[in-house]
Amino acid sequence: MTGGERSVRSGIRFDQVSVAYGGNTVLDRLDLTVEPGEVMALLGPSGSGKTTALRAVAGFVQPASGRVYLGDRDVTGLPPHKRGIGMVVQQYALFPHMRVQDNVAFGLKARKVAKDGIPERVAEALDMVGMAAYAKRYPRELSGGQQQRVAIARALAIRPGVLLLDEPLSALDAQLRSGMLAELARLHRELPDVSILYVTHDQVEALTLADRIAVMDKARLQDCGTPQDLYRRPRTEFTASFVGNANLLPVTVADGADTVDFAGRALDVPTGEVSRGATATLCVRPHLVGLGDGPNALNGTITEVQWRGSTHRLYVDIDGHRVKADLKELRETPALGDRVTLHFAAEDAVLLPAGAAEGAGGGTDG
Amino acid sequence: MASTAQPVAPGITATKKPHRSTGPSGTTPPRAPAREARRIPRFVWALPPVAVLALVFLYPLALVVQQSFSPDEGGTSIAPYGDVFASESFRSALTTTVWLAVGSTVGCLVLGFVLAMVIAFVPFPGGRAVAKFIDVFLSFPSFLITLALLFIYGNVGLANGVWTDLTGASKGPFDFLTTPWGVLLAEITYFTPFVMRPLLAAFSQLDSAQLEVASSLGARPARIVRQVILPEALPALAAGGSLVLVMCLNEFGIVLFTGAKGVTTLPMLVYSKAILESDYPAACVVAVVNIAISVGLYSLYRMVSRRVGA
Ligand SMILES: Nc1ncnc2c1ncn2[C@@H]1O[C@H](COP(=O)(O)OP(=O)(O)O)[C@@H](O)[C@H]1O
Ligand SMILES: [Mg+2]
Repeated sequence: MTGGERSVRSGIRFDQVSVAYGGNTVLDRLDLTVEPGEVMALLGPSGSGKTTALRAVAGFVQPASGRVYLGDRDVTGLPPHKRGIGMVVQQYALFPHMRVQDNVAFGLKARKVAKDGIPERVAEALDMVGMAAYAKRYPRELSGGQQQRVAIARALAIRPGVLLLDEPLSALDAQLRSGMLAELARLHRELPDVSILYVTHDQVEALTLADRIAVMDKARLQDCGTPQDLYRRPRTEFTASFVGNANLLPVTVADGADTVDFAGRALDVPTGEVSRGATATLCVRPHLVGLGDGPNALNGTITEVQWRGSTHRLYVDIDGHRVKADLKELRETPALGDRVTLHFAAEDAVLLPAGAAEGAGGGTDG
Repeated sequence: MASTAQPVAPGITATKKPHRSTGPSGTTPPRAPAREARRIPRFVWALPPVAVLALVFLYPLALVVQQSFSPDEGGTSIAPYGDVFASESFRSALTTTVWLAVGSTVGCLVLGFVLAMVIAFVPFPGGRAVAKFIDVFLSFPSFLITLALLFIYGNVGLANGVWTDLTGASKGPFDFLTTPWGVLLAEITYFTPFVMRPLLAAFSQLDSAQLEVASSLGARPARIVRQVILPEALPALAAGGSLVLVMCLNEFGIVLFTGAKGVTTLPMLVYSKAILESDYPAACVVAVVNIAISVGLYSLYRMVSRRVGA
């Protein structure tokens, strides 16, 4: 605990952690392990319980049941100030009456780091986030992005084994956000021992930064895996649509090998373990859908066209099902009501068994 | 704020009212009265309220000051000041007043800070009701609290009654109400909410994420109070504290109601000189001193609060 030592490698483990507010379960038996040195993104829509999970690690909510571990240490009943965790929140929460250097020194003094060592550690932390030149300023004299850098330096100064970030970039504008994202990635390369739990509702942040992503919805963990894994092989409908906004089509597995039936059309799709005759959900990413004839051709009517600079997004109605297609900017913009043919390659499709759909849809029951 | 708003408000109504009343008749161009009204310099609108203020407030004040320079023997001299300043009763009243006011203010600040923190940061059922009640409490007259204390700690009050019933003694142990300590207790009880009001407002502005980040950085509650909450509460403490200090200096009802014989404060001295001894010049001298201290403290407060940035 006394600050001199380097941070200990310690991961985070949720063991069946549930949190309830007045009978309302906002975190339902979360089981999740963040390995030492790993960046885990907690991704999900607003209200899905991400912040609650993070606060359970920091010690600001007491789980109704389950245990929280830091490394091998069970910290479930430990007060926040004894956990040795770095925390960064959306609105920076810098101490307004302290200069930048005193903000960063706060944790060091609180943890009784030897006085003569403090200036050096403050300088080191500010250097890491490129804010050394601003040490004498007050928070109100800094921009939002600079304030967030200071908040990160303040959290890192205590050399925590675990860093918790709750939507740290949400208060920044889009351009700053991508810059800060790169900075965070660099910081993690410089501090490979720190485990990071990164809460966000933004899939780009999660895909960019995380070693693994835990997808949350309706108080439950829906899916967990590497970004590539979740993106290419989503296991639930929720993951498929929340990460990458996939097309989801209801199909029935046909008798033939690797063939499904979609609204009377036979499509070639690897059916994997889904048994014949079963209903399933076909999942195809919009940017993997092509225009014109090809394998797995689908005819439909254009209901909406959006020009997005480098791409065109088409919404095509196919027998009452809406299919999204992201196409490289088209020379001739198609018109509403045009009949078009879309196609996709068999290997770009994923078949989700019906059970997975139910698991994602009815997150809170059972 | 009020001083800039006053002249503007009548100016606006004056330009609108004639416009509406003359418009339909059609005899006068509707714009004309508006222009006339605008030509009247703004300070004119400030004259009536200033005149009223002067008549009901400044004029009597001037009379008091004048009286304080008019000894009974006639003429104008500073003799009354010399007499009063030399008298033992004035010196002891001044000392009593100052230490009671300072003591009460310190007590109010400490108690108010602790209570406001509990109400603001420790969630408990009825916390909001307590915060509401504090607003109501501010409207109570000060002697009411003294009366309530008499019922509890007075010679025949609740606490002494319980004691005599339990022990069979003829007298209870609580006999401090008529001492300076009784006045101090009553003033602290009555004025503490005046400190809590601005504090609660300040605490509601405080970002609770700051407190959480502080404790995740390893700070215990005591350090968080000292280094995070207290600095942000300073302007509110300064505001509440100086208000209470001035009010305590001028408090009359509480001192009178406790019936503390030996406790003579400046307002009590004014009362006894003027009403009981009919020594008006002396009463006015004491009053002037009292006013001077109040105004001086108020100016000091304004300077300090501007420094703090409130
Ligand atoms: N202190 C609280 N009291 C009651 N309900 C809360 C409290 N904090 C959060 N909640 C509820 O818990 C749910 C999950 O909240 P949260 O973890 O903040 O979600 P997220 O961070 O994913 O947006 C929400 O429905 C929210 O209303
Ligand atoms: Mg949140």
